[in-house]
Formats: sequence, structure tokens, C-alpha cells
Amino acid sequence: MAKYIGKRLLYMLISLWLIITATFFFMRIAPGNPFTSEKQLPPEIEANLNAHYGLDKPWYAQYGDYLLKVVKWDFGPSFKYKSQTVNDLISEGFPVSFILGMEAILLAVAFGLILGIIAALKHNKWQDYTAMIIAVAGISVPSFIMATFLQYFLAIKMGIFPVARFETFMHTILPALALASTPMAFIARLTRSSMLEVMSNDYIKTAKAKGLSQGVITVKHAIRNALLPVVTYMGPLTAGILTGSFVIERIFGIPGLGAHFVTSITNRDYTVIMGVTVFYSIILLASILLVDIAYGIIDPRIKLAGGKKGE
Amino acid sequence: MEKILEVKDLEVSFQTYGGSVKAVRGVSFDLHKGETLAIVGESGSGKSVTSQTIMKLIPMPPGKITGGQILFNGDDIVPKTEKQMEKIRGKEISMIFQDPMTSLNPTMKIGTQIMEGLIKHQNMSKQAAKTRAVELLNLVGIPMPERRVNQYPHEFSGGMRQRAMIAIALAANPKLLIADEPTTALDVTIQAQILDLMKDLQSKMDTSIIFITHDLGVVANVADRVAVMYAGQIVEMGTVDEIFYDPRHPYTWGLLASMPSLDNDNKADLAAIPGTPPDLTNPPKGDAFAARNQYALAIDFEEEPPMYQISETHFAKTWLLHPDAPKVEPPEAVKKRMRQLSSTFDQAVLMKEGK
Amino acid sequence: MQISKDKFQLVGTKISEAEKISKPSLSFWKDVFIRFRKNKLAMFGLVLLAILIFMAIFGPYMTEYDYATNDLTNKNQEPSSEHWFGTDDLGRDVFARTWEGARISIFIGVAAALIDLFIGVLWGGISGYKGGRTDEMMMRFADVLYGVPYLLLVILLMVVLGQGLGTMILAMTITGWINMARIVRGQVLSLKSQEYVLAAKTLGANTSRIMAKHLIPNSMAPILVTMTLTIPNAIFTEAFLSFIGLGLTPPLASWGTMANDGLPAIRYYPWRLFFPAIFISLTIFAFNVVGDGLRDALDPRLRK
Repeated sequence: MAKYIGKRLLYMLISLWLIITATFFFMRIAPGNPFTSEKQLPPEIEANLNAHYGLDKPWYAQYGDYLLKVVKWDFGPSFKYKSQTVNDLISEGFPVSFILGMEAILLAVAFGLILGIIAALKHNKWQDYTAMIIAVAGISVPSFIMATFLQYFLAIKMGIFPVARFETFMHTILPALALASTPMAFIARLTRSSMLEVMSNDYIKTAKAKGLSQGVITVKHAIRNALLPVVTYMGPLTAGILTGSFVIERIFGIPGLGAHFVTSITNRDYTVIMGVTVFYSIILLASILLVDIAYGIIDPRIKLAGGKKGE
Repeated sequence: MEKILEVKDLEVSFQTYGGSVKAVRGVSFDLHKGETLAIVGESGSGKSVTSQTIMKLIPMPPGKITGGQILFNGDDIVPKTEKQMEKIRGKEISMIFQDPMTSLNPTMKIGTQIMEGLIKHQNMSKQAAKTRAVELLNLVGIPMPERRVNQYPHEFSGGMRQRAMIAIALAANPKLLIADEPTTALDVTIQAQILDLMKDLQSKMDTSIIFITHDLGVVANVADRVAVMYAGQIVEMGTVDEIFYDPRHPYTWGLLASMPSLDNDNKADLAAIPGTPPDLTNPPKGDAFAARNQYALAIDFEEEPPMYQISETHFAKTWLLHPDAPKVEPPEAVKKRMRQLSSTFDQAVLMKEGK
Repeated sequence: MQISKDKFQLVGTKISEAEKISKPSLSFWKDVFIRFRKNKLAMFGLVLLAILIFMAIFGPYMTEYDYATNDLTNKNQEPSSEHWFGTDDLGRDVFARTWEGARISIFIGVAAALIDLFIGVLWGGISGYKGGRTDEMMMRFADVLYGVPYLLLVILLMVVLGQGLGTMILAMTITGWINMARIVRGQVLSLKSQEYVLAAKTLGANTSRIMAKHLIPNSMAPILVTMTLTIPNAIFTEAFLSFIGLGLTPPLASWGTMANDGLPAIRYYPWRLFFPAIFISLTIFAFNVVGDGLRDALDPRLRK
């Protein structure tokens, strides 16, 4: 297991290096980027950037500096605002995004599983059709549209929830719901098809032949095995929640990292775009690693084979 | 001898996209205590459906028992509810499936899979069930059962898994064991071991066995009686000797002729039965086997043959036993093994309708 | 029971008769069509799609207003008999803009799907057909690209390339083709070992001929499904990018930009957001259910 994690960590570092490199060169070729010579910047910002990236040095030295700073967890100053560093933005915005994201993941997983399991157990009955229509709708309505609908009807018109900002638990419900809707629908569909597949397996018949009741079979034999593909979806789920947060935070006026990221895009604040992209990539790669480890824990076939699924 | 199971005119059909498939079309047989009955047939002949219906394991819907009775110890199980069936499954009737690779839950320890039945049917504590699971693994010939009980199926070889399956099936001392092609997925050497194990356990526990297979070679080793199924019906049934040495149905001839055996000389080629089984959404008129039957009579295409009785224990469903039918010679490979059995009636007797 | 003796004549096998009895076999596409038609949700999606495409073509001509003409005396009008979907903050007719947006959304979706199809079939086809080292390298490259989070990459590319319809399609397809390439490769791998391809090879057909005549027609089913499901994804991505301000530039109207413009005014002029929002959702829904329906209809495991 330790060897496996070590190997995965190595791959993760390689991917991360690729992403950092790509981001760096993307930003260099972007129009009006901080690395061109004919820039018109406030003197303080230029001084900041010079100190940080050594903009007078050749590109490979700048690239080396950037890599080194990232290793030291220093993403440098903002390209637009003199008093702010990317690190400030992250430490200020990320905790907010994290709470929102976790709430959304919980909602998506809990309701997605319930919906999917009910649909599979009531295969081809009205419960199944209802759950699947909800799921198709969840996939078809983009999160930012779901967010505006929720905001307009439940907050503005009915006043059940606060319209915007991020203060109490009540403030978090609508944005978390909006963020969770699409991944919830995906999980429901995935769980359903996975459950149906598992339920058609011979070992379910074996369990039935032992005289176990349908309830026991579902809980002890079917769900655990059906969960395996759902667990692999947790990686893409994190990515979805993350990109979803860009728009949801904007709609609800939540001061999270996603909102900052979108603002930096609108402002073409290149160093922030670069830094936040790298930060997001780290989060994503780490979550994928965690998912793989979790997979190894619930599937005994993987633990001993040391990485690959084997017989 | 005491009759443990009596199946009467069982009919099962499945609703599918293409219409209703009549998978079992009026099957009747019985089984005595401690006896082994083999049901032989091609895939799609209805043998697996018949056996799974006895435990009501077919998915309903789309499956449906459309007629007949299944008397287990004199008690009809067709009208029983799921809750009532749970008390029978695993306790009174158990089942072993074809593929030991897929019939064990991959994410549950072998021991736990054995214990489940014990805890459910014998009210054992977890500790007692575990001790019993170790005993059972030992009984089915798995070495180091104390260690094996905590392992997962993927740590077992194919033969070991099938042994574990047998341990699961026998956990609660069932009166009837249904083995659905239990050796088909195994290597030939392992097959023999598993068959020996089953015979050995049967003599120890006095269990009755229904043994489903498509392999007549296996049948000779394990069965007391044989039922040959084709297109959802039993076409011939008798003791092992009667089926092997005095077969009467042309389909049985076909099966025997297509069975490789060591004493076949090289000249006698293996004979395949031409064609494919009929579509059971729309069974053909007359004898379902007629179109593939080189001994088919004109009437086979019009009228379904009745069951004829050849001896106290031997039955066959073919027009060839009608007094007016021409005398035909079975294929060379079958003729060689034919011999006169003492119990045979002088003349085949037409059975009354309904049996 | 009395049966005349001549009935007991030996007649032997009638294999051909046995084949005749079985039900008539349906051609693959006919069978698919029948199954698709039985799927109510998919048929609903198809009808919805037909209406949306019809409106995208003819909708802009149904009103006398132009989608780009400002009319500052008539800003933020509620939906009325004059302006069916109301007007926006520059007095432009939302009905005209909505169907103009439908054109752009469907165009982007179809364009992205076609480009994905082109690159994917080429890449996956060559990779699967050549096999060996070529296959290894081509697929490794695809894997690396695939590992990068899609939307994040598209956002970065839009920042680098600048806004516009062309750059948006380019950004989407830079990694969008990989899925198609994988599916095509898988199909090619499973098909190329089959006998009829081998037979064609023995007869001296060259590679491109084998691909065009045998492999691609046989891979049609999964390719078709992937394409149908690429379109809603591209429509979503366009709306998403426009919504975070990386989309099309005015006066072009896309559903994403309309929603983005409408968001600040949601409290007072909700129709400016709701019309594009509803049609984005309906379009994605229609494509999704049609794609799902196609997949279920084509899935040979469900064939009975």
C-alpha cells in the first residue's frame, strides 16, 4: 500500500509539473501579459513583479524562479492590485469555497445515492422513471441556471432563504443545492446502473439461495459492490464542484476563491489566474489520489494486488 | 422410498421484448430421499429454469409460473410468498451455481458468506457460526480452514471457490441440493474432485441432489436417474442404465452419439445434432425436435407425441414407440452400446394424458 | 386416438423449415428505430429538438424586430404582444435574440461535435489500426491531455486566445476529441481482428479502403451516440464561458451572454435571464434524452 501511494505521488508530481509549465507558457503568450516588455503598469506593481519573477532576466530564469516559488508555496503578487498577493487571495477565499464545496459534495452524494438505489430497486416502476427524469433534468439544467432559478423563486419571491452573501448556514443552502444538482444527477444515474448490474450478478442469486431477505441482500451484498464505480466518480465530482463554484459564488455574491478567480479572469490579472490554476490543480490531483486510496480500502481485490485490479 | 420432491406439469414463461417465451412446457418428475437426478439438455432447453423455479429464484417478473405444482415434502411451494420462501431457501433446498468465479461476493470474506446462512437459519451466534464455518471448510476439503475463513474469494482458486460454494450450500443441512452445472467452468481434473466430494457428502448427509448438466459424461458418474430435456419438455427419463444402454428418443441418441468417449474407435466420428433449438416464443407445431430429427415421421410435424412408458422407471416422448411406427436403427455409436435390460416391458405403453 | 398409418412415414430432418419458422429478422437500423420509437422520453426529446431547430431557423423572421438593433426608448419592457419575450437593457427584442442565440448554441454544439468527430476518428482510427508503438504513443499523448480538468483548460485557452466564436470552438475541441478517439480506437481494435476485415486484407485492399469500407461503418453506433452527447456538452460550455465573461462579444447574442447580461437585473427584469436560461436547459435536455435513447436503442446487449 505504501509503495503504491509513493508511486501515485510521483505521478502526481509529474502531472503537476506539466500543468505549472503549461500555465506559465500560456500566460507568456497571452495578449497583454506581464512578461512582455512594453507594459504600462503602476510602478509599485512593476517593482513587485520584478522582485518576484525577475522580469529583466531571460525567460528560462523566470520559469526557474516561478517553479522554485511554487515549491515554496509562494504564488507571487497580483498583477493588478499592488497590495495583494495570490497567497492572500487563496487563504481568504478558499476556506469559504471549501465549506460550500463540502456541503455540496455531501448533498450530491447523499441524495444521488438514495435516488439511484431507489430507482434500481424499483426498476421499471414509477419510482424508477421519476428518479431518472429528475436525474436527466439535473444533468440538463446547468448549475448557474439552477442557481438563478433557486435564487429568484425561493429567495427573492418567497423569501425563504437569504438572497446573497455567506454568513449563516441558511445562506449556504441555496448555493450548495445549485452546486450539487448536476453531480447529484450523475451519481444517481451511476448508482442506478451500477446497482442494476450488481443485482444481476450470480452472487446476488447465491445470497438469495441462502434464504436471505431482499433487504439484507441489498444492504450487505449489493450496495457495497455498487458503490465502487461511484467512488471513482468522486474525482470528476470534485472538479465539477470546483468549476461550478466559479459561477455559483458570483451569483450569490460569495467571497470565495471561485469568485476571485472569475474576477481575475475579467481583469486579466495573469498572476492570479496562474497561481489559482496551479492551486486548483493541486487540489484536484490530491482528491483523485484520496479517491484511489479509498477505493483500495473498500475493494479488497485491490489492496493486495498493489495498484492494479488483478485476479 | 420417501418422495421428497414432486414436480407436476410445471409451466414457466418469460415476458420479453419479443413476446412471451415458454421456457418450461409441462415438466413432471419426482425425486426420492438420497437420490440423485440428472437433468440433461442443451443450453436453452429449460433445465436451469426448471431447477431455479423449484427455489423460486427466477426473476418474477419477467418470469412467471403459469401452471403446475411443485410439491416439496408434500407441500406446494408455487403459491408461497417470498417471506415463506426465505425459510425454505438455504435451509431445506440449496443451490450451487455454474461459475464459482462469479457466484461468490468478491468484497465479502468467505467465512462471512458461509456464516450468513447459519445465522439466519440456525439462530447461531456469530462465534458459533464462525466455528461451524471452519468445520464446513474442512469438510469440503479446504486446507488450513482457520486461515481461509478470513480470506476473500479472489484469494481462492476456481476449484477452491466451488468447494466454498458447496460449503455455503450445505451449511444448514438442506434436504435437497440443486447443482446447476457445478463443474462446467472447472478444469477436468478439478471436475472429478468436485464430483467425488459431492458424492461423498451426499452419502454422509443423505441429501437428495438435482444435477443439471449438458455433459452426459458427468451424468454416468453421479446420477441414479436421468431426465433429458428439450425445448422446455422432458423427452426421456429413466435410470442411468436405461438412458445409456437402452435409449429410445432420437434426441437422446443424438446426445449420446455426440459424446466423446475413450472406447470410441476412430472411425466412428462424433455426430453433431444439426440445426438449432426452436424459438420458444412460438414453439413449432407437433414435436419440437422434429425439424432437427433425421428419424422424424410425418406425424411429428402435426401432432405432439405422447409419453410412452418402456419400463417401471423409463419414459420417452416420441412417436417412434407407436405400434404403427417403422422400426428404425439408432446411430452406429448408440447401437454399439445398446443392450437388453431385464426390466423392460414387452411393449411400450401409452401413458394417460396428464402425466 | 386413431392416426392413419401413412402418417408414420419416415421423413427426416427439415432444417430449412426450422429456420423458416423463426420470426423474421429485422435489419439492424430498423430494429434500432423500432426500439427508439418505443422510448417515450427520447421521442419527446426528438420532437422538442425539432421544434427548437425549427425556431432557430425561422424564429428570427417571425418578429419585425432585429436582434441587434438598440431601442433606448423601449428598454426592459415586459413580455407583451409587441415584444413577445420583452426587451433588454438596450431595448433589443429578447424573442429575436433568443432564437439568434439558439442558432449560435446549436451551431457551436454541432461544430464542436463535427470537429471532435473528425479528429477523433482520424486519431483513434490510425491509433487502433496501426497498433504497436504508434498506438502507444498516440494514446499516451491523449491520456496526458485528458488528465487536465476540461473547463479549467478551456478557460485558460480562452484567456490566451482571446474571445470569439472561433477561439471558443477551438478551445473546446482541443481536448474534446479525446473521448471520440478512445471510442473509435476501441471499436477499431475489436473489429480489426474480425474475419471480414481479414478477408478484405487478404484480397489486397489497402488500409484506407479497409477503414472507409469496413471499420468506420461498423463503428457508427457508438460514434453516433458520443456525438449526440457531445453537443449538449458544448452548448453548456459555451453558456458557462459566456456567463463568466469569456464568451462572445456584443452585439452577438448567445444564450450564455444573454443570461450573463440578465443576471444583475434578475430582481426586476427576470425575463431577460429566464428566457435564455429555459432554452439552454431545454436544448441540453433534448439532446441528452435523444442521446440516451439512441444509446439504449443501439446497445446490442438489450437486443432480444
